[in-house]
Amino acid sequence: MFSVVALVGFVILAAVVVRRLVDQGEFAAELWSPLLWPGDDLFVVVWRRILAGLTTTLTAAGLTIAFSLVLGTLVTIVRVLNGRVARAPLVVLLELLRGAPVVILIFFTARLLPTIGINLPLLWYLVIGLTAYNFVVIGEIVRAGVSAVPRGQVEAAAALGMTHTQVMTAIQLPQAFRIMLPALISQLVVIVKDTSLAAIVLTGPQELLRTGRTIEQNLNNPLQTYLVIALVYIVLNGLLSWVAVLTERRVATRGQRAGRARRGAGRIQIVD
Amino acid sequence: MEAVTDNLGLFVSGYWRSVTICLYALVGSLVWGTVLAVFRVAPVAPLRQFGAGYVLVVRNTPLTVMLFTTAFVLPQLGFNAPFFWLGVLGLILYSSAFVCEAVRAGINAVPTGQSEAARAIGLDFGQSLRSVILPQALRTVVPPLGSVVIAMFKNSAVLGAFGVGGDLFSVSNRLTSAQGYAVAPVLIGVLVGYLAITLPTGALLSVLERRVAIAR
Repeated sequence: MFSVVALVGFVILAAVVVRRLVDQGEFAAELWSPLLWPGDDLFVVVWRRILAGLTTTLTAAGLTIAFSLVLGTLVTIVRVLNGRVARAPLVVLLELLRGAPVVILIFFTARLLPTIGINLPLLWYLVIGLTAYNFVVIGEIVRAGVSAVPRGQVEAAAALGMTHTQVMTAIQLPQAFRIMLPALISQLVVIVKDTSLAAIVLTGPQELLRTGRTIEQNLNNPLQTYLVIALVYIVLNGLLSWVAVLTERRVATRGQRAGRARRGAGRIQIVD
Repeated sequence: MEAVTDNLGLFVSGYWRSVTICLYALVGSLVWGTVLAVFRVAPVAPLRQFGAGYVLVVRNTPLTVMLFTTAFVLPQLGFNAPFFWLGVLGLILYSSAFVCEAVRAGINAVPTGQSEAARAIGLDFGQSLRSVILPQALRTVVPPLGSVVIAMFKNSAVLGAFGVGGDLFSVSNRLTSAQGYAVAPVLIGVLVGYLAITLPTGALLSVLERRVAIAR
């Protein structure tokens, strides 16, 4: 009964929206065909641009996650191995970076670096700004991963006469990376989304969203273009999230009982 | 440091503008996010699917794309509002997906026995949700909602960068671009403004989290 009412409600809502779009002439063929109709003169040009934008987005995101992983791991090693005193200034810096909006970090990277004589392609300002924030987050993920490695592993390694550094690099980190893989992929989704901040605070690079802006201004069809650009993001991030769930399941079945229990607990449905 | 001391008034007004944006967005997304969460657990299939679809789409879309949509597409469809409100609307639509997931997780954390008992004594879906499930769910939802609030305050900077104007980000942009102040002191001033919200909220959260953990 309620299902029918809800369904009718949604159909009416959709009809109102479609009606509005028709009234505003948004279904005119020339607005859609450069994006959807392969026979259109502009189709190839437009999609070549979108794919180039996607490549730039992926490049920026890939570089960011690579740098963040390296820096985040180093920071974790320093935090775990050093004493409290040596750790304090580092922790303060990390908290500062984590509390700042990433858009500010990108903006000020592009402002600050040229004043001290470092002039780089705009893509690099984006990558550095994103890394300044994300290496802190990924450092936390690494730390959680390291502490999830069973204690017995560390004790066994120590009993074999390994040093702290050896235990960390040979025993804890390799196992931690497998545990934290799903979290890393989820963070990659966040990074992909944040690369689009360049479109509003920098004057380049031509990543996906800026490409959309260029196309939309040339074809004068913001609704249609942003719809397609949003779909590209949704498909890309949807795939990444899906991979994250798959890897989480794999990691969970390899003897991490907590993961399995959690999956069972999350499925409570209220039924009427 | 005179970039900050000369313009202290500007920084303070920017700070309040950011807080204001955040408050509007918080109220809006709490309402819409809770409605979506109720959709997602409702015994009505179309509502569940709508909720799931909304979360899937919005969580995988960058906030910037959402803002471009509300600010450039809506006016073309004859939906005109001041730029400020179009920006706030974008932030609300975006944050609601995260509020929804937090609330839904809270609802799912309430033991099944509670909703079964509510049904056994004759409450319908709305009643059991109102007087049994949600009061318990909202307790557990406080810590994850806090993270949403922190993210929202940071995202208000995206609105500023987008041209909503007057907030902390816009102040920093104006001082360094138009008025030519040194970049580093302005950066420090702005960071202090953001940290003044995000750090205490984070600290408050870990306290709350501990209290909820004891209560359960």
